[in-house]
Amino acid sequence: MAEFGVLDFERPIYEVEQKVAELKKMMEEEGLDLSQKIEELENRADELRREIFSNLDPWQRVQVARHPRRPYTYDFVKLMITDFVEVHGDRLFADDKAILAGFGRLDGQTVCVVGHQKGRTTKENLMRNFGSPHPEGFRKALRIMRIADKFNIPILTFLDSAGAYPGIEAEERGQAEAIAKNIKEMHNLGVPIIINVIGEGGSGGALGIGVGNVVLILSNAYYSVISPEGCAAILWRDRAEAPESSRILRITARDLLKLGVVDEVVQEPLGGAHTDYEASAKALKEAILGHLKPLMKMGRRKLIEHRREHFRKMGYTSENPFDNSVFVDTRTV
Amino acid sequence: MAEKKSRKSSSQKAQQSPKKGFPADLWLKCPKCGETLFKKELGRNFGICEHCNYRFKLSSNERIEMLADEATFKEIDADLTPVDPLAFVDRLKYTDRLKQVQEKTGLTEAIRTGIARMGGHDVALGVMDFQFIGGSMGSVVGEKVTRLFETAMEKKLPVLIVSTSGGARMQEGILSLMQMAKTNAVIAAHDEMGLLFLSICMDPTMAGVMASYASIGDLNIAEPGALMGFAGPRVIKETIRQELPEGFQRTEFMLERGFVDLICERAELREKLILLLDLFLKPKGK
Ligand SMILES: [Zn+2]
Repeated sequence: MAEFGVLDFERPIYEVEQKVAELKKMMEEEGLDLSQKIEELENRADELRREIFSNLDPWQRVQVARHPRRPYTYDFVKLMITDFVEVHGDRLFADDKAILAGFGRLDGQTVCVVGHQKGRTTKENLMRNFGSPHPEGFRKALRIMRIADKFNIPILTFLDSAGAYPGIEAEERGQAEAIAKNIKEMHNLGVPIIINVIGEGGSGGALGIGVGNVVLILSNAYYSVISPEGCAAILWRDRAEAPESSRILRITARDLLKLGVVDEVVQEPLGGAHTDYEASAKALKEAILGHLKPLMKMGRRKLIEHRREHFRKMGYTSENPFDNSVFVDTRTV
Repeated sequence: MAEKKSRKSSSQKAQQSPKKGFPADLWLKCPKCGETLFKKELGRNFGICEHCNYRFKLSSNERIEMLADEATFKEIDADLTPVDPLAFVDRLKYTDRLKQVQEKTGLTEAIRTGIARMGGHDVALGVMDFQFIGGSMGSVVGEKVTRLFETAMEKKLPVLIVSTSGGARMQEGILSLMQMAKTNAVIAAHDEMGLLFLSICMDPTMAGVMASYASIGDLNIAEPGALMGFAGPRVIKETIRQELPEGFQRTEFMLERGFVDLICERAELREKLILLLDLFLKPKGK
């Protein structure tokens, strides 16, 4: 594990791993046999990983979802998709690099890829706007998805954004309209659409490319109507209350599954997706292929109706209540 | 100069108005100019202050009365009420917050939906109410909007939705966000049938509602001066750390940028909507 971005609760694991690295170096340089000690420490690191990562609270999961070393859309594309060709622009205003779009092959089948793209460095983040799209990003996404629709190419979207960008120009160019239109028009595409929440599912900015036949989520990703900080600022006028708001908003993968908002939780490697990109991509790819197969057999009209029906069921009312006792164990009054 | 004058007269009036024998609830003070207004007169003026043009927020009942042919509104799903799927507690339990606002407003939720007549046309009409948790959209609002469109599809009717909302309802979390996808799905289906959808935006229409049904009417109509947008002005200011331009996100700004088809005063709204219904539904003339 590299020092970069180590989270507080990861530090015990990190320290043991550092020790292992030191011993390995010593073994190499001084010819001592330290293999038993190394094995012991590696077991200890595994134990710690299991202890810490099997009991993450919602706020810790948000930290993992935002981990600076978390695999982003393009990392998954590189590991899952062959022959990838990136395409650019909304043909109206600009190319928004907060959205990555293109075509490639998944297990031989041509697919369309659309996803939020965060940057790893400051320079990249300036270009990618931290993965927060402007309206032209949503319009680019729709343009590309319509090409996929024309050629009967299934669509995979990757959600990883803190949210649509809140700025003057974004409003001037119709952020709300761009998102609203995407949400509506994604309901009109006659190809399979699989949504993958890989990191941050930040509200309307996520949903703007988030309407699909199937919604998958990685086990440490989250999906929320408002950022935990934003919610805390409204409820308690204090962004430092984000751990509490991330708990009451029920934004973790497991809670979203209970609420019927996602269809499947894809298990990340024990220490989080950032500890093993390949294993994460493999797990996600398998899940995608599993869902894609039956969808590929549906006709265009059936796919549209299936998708609309999927969202028709969302929400709970007096006629269709939800047993919230599944959450009551974590409730403080 | 003019400002000084109106202040003076307002203080004079303020002294005159709450006379003995007049119940206080007949009068109301304009929050902008301070004039005391007679409620009945204010109602006749569509909730607009005659002195300074301040626009009071209208209730869903007042809107329905203003828009529908007299006594034609037949409400549907009136008894569909919100539940608390997340077991949400902040300073108040969500269930208690709901009870309080239901008692205070006499409303069950932030939208009323039904079938009405307007200028002789049958229409599916939804009217949001800002008094109910800021007109926020949770599962019930999304469900009622969806059912309104479904009813309209069955009866082949146009849909008119009068929106006023701060956005998605935080207390129902992700389920509120999902209502955006639910409503837009049924709008896509209604659209496919070649039916008309008029979106009418009142002050304010923001965030989750603006980023779903309110933005995608065949025509988007708005009252003057209404705040319309995705992110709230405060959030934008905090993000970019600079002042926002004059009139930012107001109706006129939105029309200039191409997101509003027409601006319509409250007093002319009903007539204008009926004219549009005539034009679209009776293309060969009356
Ligand atoms: Zn006034």
